[in-house]
Amino acid sequence: MVPLGLLTKWIGLTGPRNHNEITAIMENELKVPTMAALFAAGQQPEVLFWVGCAGSFDDRAKKITKAFVKILNKANVSFAVLGTEESCTGDPAKRAGNEFLFQMQAVTNIEVLNAYGVKKVVTACPHCFNTLKNEYPGLGGNYEVVHHTQFLKQLLEEGRITMEGGQYKGKRITFHDPCYLGRANNVYEAPRDLIRKLDAELVEMKNCKKRGLCCGAGGAQMFKEPEKGNKDVNIERTEQALDIKPDIIAAGCPFCNTMLTDGVKNKEKESSVVVMDIAELIARAEDL
Amino acid sequence: MDYIPNIVFAIILIAGIGFFVENIKKLSRNIKLGKSVDTSDNKPQRWKNMSRIALGQTKMVVRPIAGILHIIVYLGFIIINIEVLEIIMDGLFGTHRIFAFLGGFYSFLIGSFEILALLVIIAVVVFWIRRNLIKLGRFLNPEMDGWPKKDGNLILYIELVLMVLFLTMNAADYQLQQMDVAHYTKAGAFPVSMFIAPLFEEMSIASIILLERSAWWLHIVGILIFLNYLYYSKHLHILLAFPNTYFGKLRPKGQFDNLEAVTKEVRLMMDPSADPFAAPDGDAPLPEKFGASDVMDLKWVQLLNAYTCTECGRCTSECPANQTGKKLSPRKIMMDTRDRLEEVGKNIDTNKGAFVDDGKQLLGDYITHEELWACTSCNACVEACPVSIDPLSIIMDMRQYLVMEQSAAPSDLNNMMGNIENNGAPWPFNQMDRLNWSKES
Ligand code: SF4
Ligand code: SF4
Repeated sequence: MVPLGLLTKWIGLTGPRNHNEITAIMENELKVPTMAALFAAGQQPEVLFWVGCAGSFDDRAKKITKAFVKILNKANVSFAVLGTEESCTGDPAKRAGNEFLFQMQAVTNIEVLNAYGVKKVVTACPHCFNTLKNEYPGLGGNYEVVHHTQFLKQLLEEGRITMEGGQYKGKRITFHDPCYLGRANNVYEAPRDLIRKLDAELVEMKNCKKRGLCCGAGGAQMFKEPEKGNKDVNIERTEQALDIKPDIIAAGCPFCNTMLTDGVKNKEKESSVVVMDIAELIARAEDL
Repeated sequence: MDYIPNIVFAIILIAGIGFFVENIKKLSRNIKLGKSVDTSDNKPQRWKNMSRIALGQTKMVVRPIAGILHIIVYLGFIIINIEVLEIIMDGLFGTHRIFAFLGGFYSFLIGSFEILALLVIIAVVVFWIRRNLIKLGRFLNPEMDGWPKKDGNLILYIELVLMVLFLTMNAADYQLQQMDVAHYTKAGAFPVSMFIAPLFEEMSIASIILLERSAWWLHIVGILIFLNYLYYSKHLHILLAFPNTYFGKLRPKGQFDNLEAVTKEVRLMMDPSADPFAAPDGDAPLPEKFGASDVMDLKWVQLLNAYTCTECGRCTSECPANQTGKKLSPRKIMMDTRDRLEEVGKNIDTNKGAFVDDGKQLLGDYITHEELWACTSCNACVEACPVSIDPLSIIMDMRQYLVMEQSAAPSDLNNMMGNIENNGAPWPFNQMDRLNWSKES
């Protein structure tokens, strides 16, 4: 598969569509440049935003994607997405045992990423994060990969975003550690640091950090019915969260987000507790 | 005639150690049935892990009560074993307390052994209460029925008996020393057994000597029995925890191996110059089996894992699937792997060194599909294990076999994989719509 950007460059075509995508942007409209467009214009973004399947297609997760893009736009981060050239990282296939399909996906994606000379990748999905960061290098894909909470923390430290946490003052926020961010890759503090910066009261569940309890979606469970048992995992985890009476359950993964949102609904608590991604918390704090 | 005890002792010692060596050989042969894996990387980190996790027991104290009690028993056993060295030398040379010449230091050693022995007795009693009276959840899962439960208690009984024998031996010795009996040189300090000694005051010297000798012999024979019991028990971890933590996974927990055999095939498929219809050349090796359906398909580190498992159940009690009533228990995965490996080992023994197909395998006969598909790959079990065992890797290898060799995934997952294959996402959306979100309000 030849990346779109290369193709247009070779045949000397930088179509008006691409051009539009870079320049003609109205106020309040998301600026979402594609790699193909930038490449055709001879530009290289600072970072590639890997949106992921959930972030592209799932209605709840798309809101996270947009919130993150709003922050990127506000901070004037030069980024791009692959758009229609992005494909599943292969994570659910690999965890389901289909190594073959995983590697096909990986090799295809790596070809695209390498052709664009991608150096740094940010993603709001811990599954994409883990796969890109840990499993792609062995197949020829070497990038600096960061989770969006790490990236946001970095922007904050560099003073590229400021966070007015006023509206979260006195709010109890708990963070649910995504397995593929926490235990799998030892990232526990970046999301918590951001919550603290929001002036909120960070409260911890009975199981947190290294001993965080799964939301029930990982290992391809998201895509199948659970095995017979006496409870669903997301209900167990939601109960742990509700036990500490939070106003907001913060998540850092589109799948955890769905699982916990369902859990809160199941417990009929959606009027008092909301599940929000860290990016959404920040975007809201900035009135984006 | 005077040498008879020395000779008897030497024979018992050689038999005890010889039998143990035989078992260790069997153990290492069975582990080597696994596939090779390169563990030569990052030696400094490996040594560090071993000293921190196995020697330093850092993971045990995540659960403080069990952790501290365990450290007492562990230290007790290691340190008191210095005394075994003296016992062996006394037994071989017919001496009595051969290290007594160390004087004050000797008294310090014996004194500390006694205090440790008392602490071990207390810890062992608490452990027994936790297992049998308090009935902690993680000791009650179905995989603990039968032998594993008995094994757990038996170990506690043996440890208790050994400690009691040790203290009885010292108490009788101390009483004899007080009575100035020849051969019983005054040596050592007995902060614990001095309180037992008065019980023997009324007894004749001959009876006390008999008592002291009996306790001495039973103690050392008991230790040799315990040594040989290890191979049949979860107690094997006292030895294997060290290599197991050394060979444990170093990469991030989320990083699963990329199967090399698959990489080769994928490269071939993606390579436009490869001729897909080319006849395989004559001596091409048989295509490798993907994933694992039996113990021989696992890597040797995974088999070492199985022998090292302490059956403590920390993995299972942290497992989200198990907590919500699913059949999956990561501890059972490890116990099944060990049981099957033992079965294969016995098969090889009875068939003069070659495995004869017994119509059984790990998948199906021990571990069911239902267990394998309940795993969320959350790594909680891996994190919880105090001796660096990775039950998840076995689950994943068996899933690979189910999917790539048998196409036996649950139908929902087949749909998901079909979607990825056809449109690059686990759901039936068109790849060309991937950027639509940017235009939606
Ligand atoms: S990785 Fe699988 S077996 Fe291990 S704790 Fe998580 S769900 Fe249970
Ligand atoms: S795998 Fe580890 S945590 Fe699980 S029972 Fe065995 S030793 Fe304990």
